[in-house]
Amino acid sequence: MSCERTSSVLHAYFDGELDAAGAAEFERHLGSCPDCPGALAAQAALRSSLKASNLGERAPETLRRKLAAEIKEPIPRAATPSSNTTLWRSLALAASFLLVVVIGWRQLGGPNGSHDDATLFASIVDAHLRSLQPGHLIDVVSTDQHTVKPWFDGKIDFAPPVRDLAASGFPLEGGRLDAISGRTVAVVVYARRKHVINVFVWPTTKKDAAPTSGSRLGYNWVEWRKDGMESIAVSDVSASDLGELWQLLTK
Amino acid sequence: MSSRADRTAEHVLDAGERVRFERLVLPHLDAAFNLARWLLRDRTEAEDAAQESMLRAFRFFRGYQGGDARAWLLQIVRNTCYTRLQKHGPDDSATEFDEELHPQADVTPEALAIAGDDRDRLMRALESLPARFREILVLREFEECSYKEIAAITELPIGTVMSSLARAREKLKRSLVAADGPKTRLEGGRS
Repeated sequence: MSCERTSSVLHAYFDGELDAAGAAEFERHLGSCPDCPGALAAQAALRSSLKASNLGERAPETLRRKLAAEIKEPIPRAATPSSNTTLWRSLALAASFLLVVVIGWRQLGGPNGSHDDATLFASIVDAHLRSLQPGHLIDVVSTDQHTVKPWFDGKIDFAPPVRDLAASGFPLEGGRLDAISGRTVAVVVYARRKHVINVFVWPTTKKDAAPTSGSRLGYNWVEWRKDGMESIAVSDVSASDLGELWQLLTK
Repeated sequence: MSSRADRTAEHVLDAGERVRFERLVLPHLDAAFNLARWLLRDRTEAEDAAQESMLRAFRFFRGYQGGDARAWLLQIVRNTCYTRLQKHGPDDSATEFDEELHPQADVTPEALAIAGDDRDRLMRALESLPARFREILVLREFEECSYKEIAAITELPIGTVMSSLARAREKLKRSLVAADGPKTRLEGGRS
């Protein structure tokens, strides 16, 4: 291989890191270079092998739970502070726990929220965790909304919104049925980068509501109501990613 | 964790900050574990390192100035892992195979696709690379980081990110299609 671009610009082009002018220039070069097209194809083969291999690994559930619990507790400290400091620190911590409780309570709806809400979000996060076990995620595997939508039709008496959002970075992965608090719910599965987003949907008689969000055990959720459907999206992706998905699903 | 600098920089987080940490940083645990797994090439060690990094991030959350929380966390993971690697023996990049001194025929996309279908072979090929090449490939291909994010995590200039990535991919290609398959170098007898 003699073209010097195979060791630099080609990679920036392949990774979508060149600006428009740079990309156009490289594409002109591709038309005449004997080396670059083959080198580019080799990179594409390598990337698709890496993607298909699923060698990227997720953190074990035990670690996730351990950490979620640990950051709720006072962190054990290596340094031993004087007893006075310890006392003040304990008081500060006690105060901060009170705040956590108040904030947590407000997030769940404040005076108008109920114990049921807390249970609901706990069940949703549990269902999300369950879905991550091998073989539990998807009943109908398809990236095509016209396959996933009819699949639900024969099984439940409501039609959850199913969109193909691949162009916006949320490719549709498929759907499944799940049970939350004894009720059958539809779950539409999307991906974000390589992370799973479960969107739980069921009919409601309550009026439309703007999204609210929260987190539990390191998972974020966003809940909203629209057109007689209650939806909760849950994932380990950031709350802003979930907000983006909400916008795409409700516009 | 007990150096003087640590002691002065760490604070007890208030409730609002804890909630913010749970939202911004904790969701990146998978990325933290994955980077540690590939840098340390050992899942048990990786779990320890990911935990240590996350708790360290938690302690120093006050020092987080906003911006990309994932990059901030992965920077901590990377430092934690390199510290562990140094403790465990010689720097594995010292014995790296120099492809410039060992020119080989070009690798065809077809040969690559065939070798790449073998998951174990691909894993060994990736594990056989020096740490700095493993990390850049993991960040780019598994975590889908941009060059800018990789530059922030590895504290390298963007130009160096690009050239390192090119070299890393070249090495991975060659290791993958080497006649006898890639050999994993073990560090201090660990697998």
